[in-house]
Amino acid sequence: MKPAVSSHWSDRDFPEAARELLEDSQTRSNVRHATDVIQAKRDAVTGELPDWQQLRDAGEAIRAHSLAHLDFYLEQFEQACTRAGGQVHWARDAAEANQIILGLIQRHSVTEVLKIKTMTSEEVGLNPYLETHGIRAHETDLAELIIQLGKDKPSHFVVPALHKNRMQVREIFQREMHLPELGERPEDLASAARSYLREKFFRLKVAVSGANFLIAENGAVCIVESEGNGRMCLTLPDVLISLVGIEKVLPRFRDLEVFLQTLPRSATGERMNPYNSIWTGVRPGDGPKEFHVVLLDNRRSPILGDAESRQTLQCIRCAACLNACPVYHQTGGHAYESVYAGPIGAILTPQLHSLEEGRSLPYASSLCGACYEVCPVKINIPEVLIHLRGKIVEEDQKTLRGQLGIWNLGMATAAMLLASGARLSMAQRMGQIAQKIFVNRDGMIERLPFPLSGWTQTRDMKSLPKQSFRQWWSERAAPSEASVGNPDRAGHAAGRGGPDGQ
Amino acid sequence: MDSSFSARGEVLRSIRLALGQRMEAERVAAQYDALPRDYKRAGTLSQEDKLQLFLRRLEEYGAGVKFVARDAIREEIGGKLAARGCRRLVIPRDLPAAWLPLGFEFIPNGGEGELSPPLGAAEMDGMDGALTGCTVAVAETGSIVLQSGPRQGSRALTLVPDYHLCVVFAGQVVETVPESFAVLDSTSDLPTTFFSGPSATADIEMTRIKGVHGPRFLDVLVVD
Ligand code: SF4
Repeated sequence: MKPAVSSHWSDRDFPEAARELLEDSQTRSNVRHATDVIQAKRDAVTGELPDWQQLRDAGEAIRAHSLAHLDFYLEQFEQACTRAGGQVHWARDAAEANQIILGLIQRHSVTEVLKIKTMTSEEVGLNPYLETHGIRAHETDLAELIIQLGKDKPSHFVVPALHKNRMQVREIFQREMHLPELGERPEDLASAARSYLREKFFRLKVAVSGANFLIAENGAVCIVESEGNGRMCLTLPDVLISLVGIEKVLPRFRDLEVFLQTLPRSATGERMNPYNSIWTGVRPGDGPKEFHVVLLDNRRSPILGDAESRQTLQCIRCAACLNACPVYHQTGGHAYESVYAGPIGAILTPQLHSLEEGRSLPYASSLCGACYEVCPVKINIPEVLIHLRGKIVEEDQKTLRGQLGIWNLGMATAAMLLASGARLSMAQRMGQIAQKIFVNRDGMIERLPFPLSGWTQTRDMKSLPKQSFRQWWSERAAPSEASVGNPDRAGHAAGRGGPDGQ
Repeated sequence: MDSSFSARGEVLRSIRLALGQRMEAERVAAQYDALPRDYKRAGTLSQEDKLQLFLRRLEEYGAGVKFVARDAIREEIGGKLAARGCRRLVIPRDLPAAWLPLGFEFIPNGGEGELSPPLGAAEMDGMDGALTGCTVAVAETGSIVLQSGPRQGSRALTLVPDYHLCVVFAGQVVETVPESFAVLDSTSDLPTTFFSGPSATADIEMTRIKGVHGPRFLDVLVVD
């Protein structure tokens, strides 16, 4: 059974969800446009730094070191944050995090809170949880506001509404903000959001945020943003609650000199994003009077125990791997049916569910390696994907359902056929006859019946040739001595006379 | 809190279980010190080129930038404010009186030992703008850093009003991000804000649009 709270949205698997999205041409063109633009900008501003690779090396080393000593740095953070006037809470799972946050909000008897974009709160399902307890959370990031007002789901974790174009955003704002006359220029839309939220920034007393980094040595928290909605929420309310995954800690303040270079360049293709805020605890006369950090485990800690996939937690959520991924480029984020989309989502989501959910996600990749190349902390995503596929197959083989599953049967059949030439040619002849009704005009097979549909669901397949290589070889005239001794000419002969598809 | 105490214990235990063998603090520190840091940590540009780069970056973000002589600060501030049509400005309490031109209303706010309570957000919203100094600035990224230190005031001061005029001394401009951290490190407990141009968003079709919630207009005076 699915737990009540889950960062994985449904029981549909990736291929099913992707098929539906591939038919939505508007969304696809929005996603392609947006990812093309970010990627070009990212390439330009990372390419101009002569020390880009050294920054990646340092970023990887710092993140790996922090994870290797995570308990040490978390305790250090807790001490320093408390000394600075902050209060640190620990949450084993999503339900506990939600309860803690609700309790803190209720203490102040408010029914509305401000929110800064945080994927971690999506992960724990905070907004719907608060809603059921009569508390309305107002998203203040422009993209999150579009998602919230449009009753939609984020599809990208830096630009969550990148699947919506300006016309669609205008429609949502016209309807939800009661602005029938609203124009369609991005400037008009941004200014509508400004006036819609401004009153709330001044009025509401409690804000909930995530964080990009925690600093162990001085208990500081760092948030990276563009619009200033983050600064509003971090500065004006009386109470600030930050929900943060335990993996986000860095040892020292100066480590930010690496990540404040690599994160903005990777995430939005800017040399620096408009605003970064770093603060420690509470400062009288400047900002909130009460500050809470909720440290969330939610099945992160067991990932540390797997030497090969621990690197998953190095992630700084720049989303460069999404923008670079040919699969994401085609399907957008919703196909992953998960808060964390794209290549990193494909490895993070199943692990956050102890491989019980999101099992099709490690297959949502062609292993081209583009994600690894752009990753500012050098997470070897293809390596982790293969590792997880191996773990899933291994687990499957322990169950009867798995043993009777198409992959297992297919692999067993292939092993049987490939072991004998006679069996293989018999199978090929049978295939050549059986396939006739499935082959289309271009000689391709688009859809096979169950159980082979598993293969053709995501790819077209070339039909079996009329003649196999083995048939051609045995039926052709014996080669002359000369052509046997001349590999070059033999190659040409094979090229002309060989069966197609070989 | 009882349950939170046990949650703490359980999370830490689970982490330790996953990580295995623990190391004492000195060895963790030694390991940290040995991490590779072969990236650029010091600039290479001449002072002149560095300032030109800083100016270019700020202009790319849509900020107004001007180099001014030290003895012309007051006059130049007056010029900028008049050009922007600003009359009432909020300022940090410790801003030098010598900076303030006649003909404008300057309302001090924040800082140590003040007698009147700080302005509320709504009052701050009624101001035409804010005038401050800064702690350090980064040429390579066109960033200016405020640390609630001298001449900078509280964070709300440079956030709520729609216009920010910032005075940066040429000596405060470093070339690279790591150099700025060398400056900030000793006061890292202060609230720290990096701003790079006026507030902006790229959330709609990846077009950078100026001005969402932070100040929509930014001018920078670089003082030689
Ligand atoms: S895995 Fe790497 S590239 Fe992908 S979001 Fe995380 S840090 Fe960025």
